[in-house]
Amino acid sequence: MPIAYEYRLRIPSETDNLELIREFVTKVASKVGFNSDDIGKIELACDEACTNVIKHAYAMKTNNDKKNLDISIKTDAEKFTLVVTDHGKGFDPDSIKMPNMREYLAQLKVGGLGIYLMKTLMDEVDYQMQPGVKNQVRMVKYFADKKKPHSARGKQ
Amino acid sequence: MDAFSIDRVNKNDCSILYLNGFLDAHTAPDLENELEKLIAEERFRIVVNFKNLTYISSAGLGVFMGYIETIRDHGGDIKMCSMSPKIFRVFDLLGFPTLYDIVQEEDRAIELFFKPEQK
Repeated sequence: MPIAYEYRLRIPSETDNLELIREFVTKVASKVGFNSDDIGKIELACDEACTNVIKHAYAMKTNNDKKNLDISIKTDAEKFTLVVTDHGKGFDPDSIKMPNMREYLAQLKVGGLGIYLMKTLMDEVDYQMQPGVKNQVRMVKYFADKKKPHSARGKQ
Repeated sequence: MDAFSIDRVNKNDCSILYLNGFLDAHTAPDLENELEKLIAEERFRIVVNFKNLTYISSAGLGVFMGYIETIRDHGGDIKMCSMSPKIFRVFDLLGFPTLYDIVQEEDRAIELFFKPEQK
């Protein structure tokens, strides 16, 4: 029976707190044995997910009493699962098109790179949306020797 | 140490921006302000030195995307130098090396304004 652990952080949804969020996530990723390369990927993916929430999910000034971000990390023998939860307006994940980077750069677009980065940096990314109630983005990183063939992205 | 700071040095026609600390959604507006100042002063030849930058997210990269067109329209450019492998990887993941000159040495980055054919 593998040992599972959970680490949680609840924090006000403000860009000022991104540094603290990154510190929390990198400390846990380091503690469970990721190398510095993978720690950097997890750090950036988490930052991008939280930045999206801070910039977009709570853009409307409703639910002020719920303007918190919840970050939960679960680890077991094979993987590291990071879940970012907010109570904002959410979005339709199917409506987000993965940018064609060549076209994207040619058009010099600003912003919108976060989801592309998250999907590139992590092994799995998925969303559960209940607008105004609870929105979650879940990202998984497998430990190097446990990586499943279908989730390997060849981006090491 | 501050979360993020910028030191500017003007060398002849070039302005060199030294970035210190981390560049994320919280500190990106500081870089926007600095680039806006340069544009207002009509200093369009810009070298950004990343030697002391410890972290960058897409919010930081987005700043460069937001101003490059204006700067190039005025005959200038943003050249980048001295990135750590960690910082370069983020630029590389997003395909920035096809859009910006990124070199190791600051002197080389300055030279690119005068000898653009030799990378």
